[in-house]
Amino acid sequence: MLHRFHPVLLAAALAAPAAIAQVTVTDPWVRGIVPQQKATGAFMKLEAKEPVALVSASSPAAGITEIHEMAMEKDVMKMRQIASLAVAPGKPAELKPGGYHVMLLDLKQPLKAGDSVPITLTFEKADKSKQTVEVKAEVRALGAPAPADHKRKH
Amino acid sequence: MKRRAFLFAMAALLAACGEQAFKATDITGAEFGRDFALADPSGQVRTLADFKGKAVLIFFGFTQCPDVCPTTLAKMREVKQALGKDGDRVQVLFITVDPERDTPELLKAYTAAFDPAFLGLRPTPEQLPALAKSFKIFYQKAPGKAPGSYSMDHSAMSYVYDPQGRLRLAVAHNADVKTIVEDLKKLLG
Repeated sequence: MLHRFHPVLLAAALAAPAAIAQVTVTDPWVRGIVPQQKATGAFMKLEAKEPVALVSASSPAAGITEIHEMAMEKDVMKMRQIASLAVAPGKPAELKPGGYHVMLLDLKQPLKAGDSVPITLTFEKADKSKQTVEVKAEVRALGAPAPADHKRKH
Repeated sequence: MKRRAFLFAMAALLAACGEQAFKATDITGAEFGRDFALADPSGQVRTLADFKGKAVLIFFGFTQCPDVCPTTLAKMREVKQALGKDGDRVQVLFITVDPERDTPELLKAYTAAFDPAFLGLRPTPEQLPALAKSFKIFYQKAPGKAPGSYSMDHSAMSYVYDPQGRLRLAVAHNADVKTIVEDLKKLLG
């Protein structure tokens, strides 16, 4: 049973990485939309102290939530749902443009820049047990310039 | 003295021919993609002639694309900004390969989110196959779990026309702002 986060801890989690047990989620964000759009993507960095796999995600903001991989085959973009995304110690999984993302489909509500979207990530450990991590992803405006690439860890 | 004259003559010849090395793939003289006739969100049919005097960047995509489409449009906006005043001589066109979901209203709002001067063009579902063929663009529906959740596989390169309306460059999806700006400066002259 998940303990309810203390409100202060939850507030801290909005700014700081969310962590439960061995999985850390850093800098979760959702690409903003124009009101007529029905789907968008969420991005974040996943780190784990033990081998886990992200196997599903859900959000009250979306009717359907999937894990997607974007792959370029020559100059053709292909986006596909994947069943799981591995995260291992020393091998973080980066959900970022050009690679993976959480796809939020059938959006239930308008998403404005600055909104906070709750996303529940479900990880499967080596022993097949499941663990969930709750994150709040900040909505960034659709047309916002890409943030500067931080090559070094903070 | 002779050598200098020779070099000068060569330089003049090259300048006259307009020989330039582009970073993107030079497709000058291409037999395809000569023109298009597509409705903009207001319903007005646009052709290349509408943009004569400007370099035109076209990109094929769809709005339910959370990755390469917004990234490319944001990159094009940066390109325009980097060109300063010359940015006004660049027209970006976003052509949807998903007319079923990308309504004129959605297209208009979507391109405006990046730059009010960007223009979305929407082929009808009937026009799309011939359009894609004419531009050698690949597109394909990739089914999702629910009827409206399909993705579109699509070619992610951009095409660039010069201000005279001639197709000149194929820009790879991962070209960076700096090289696109350099190529555009050569085309804008």
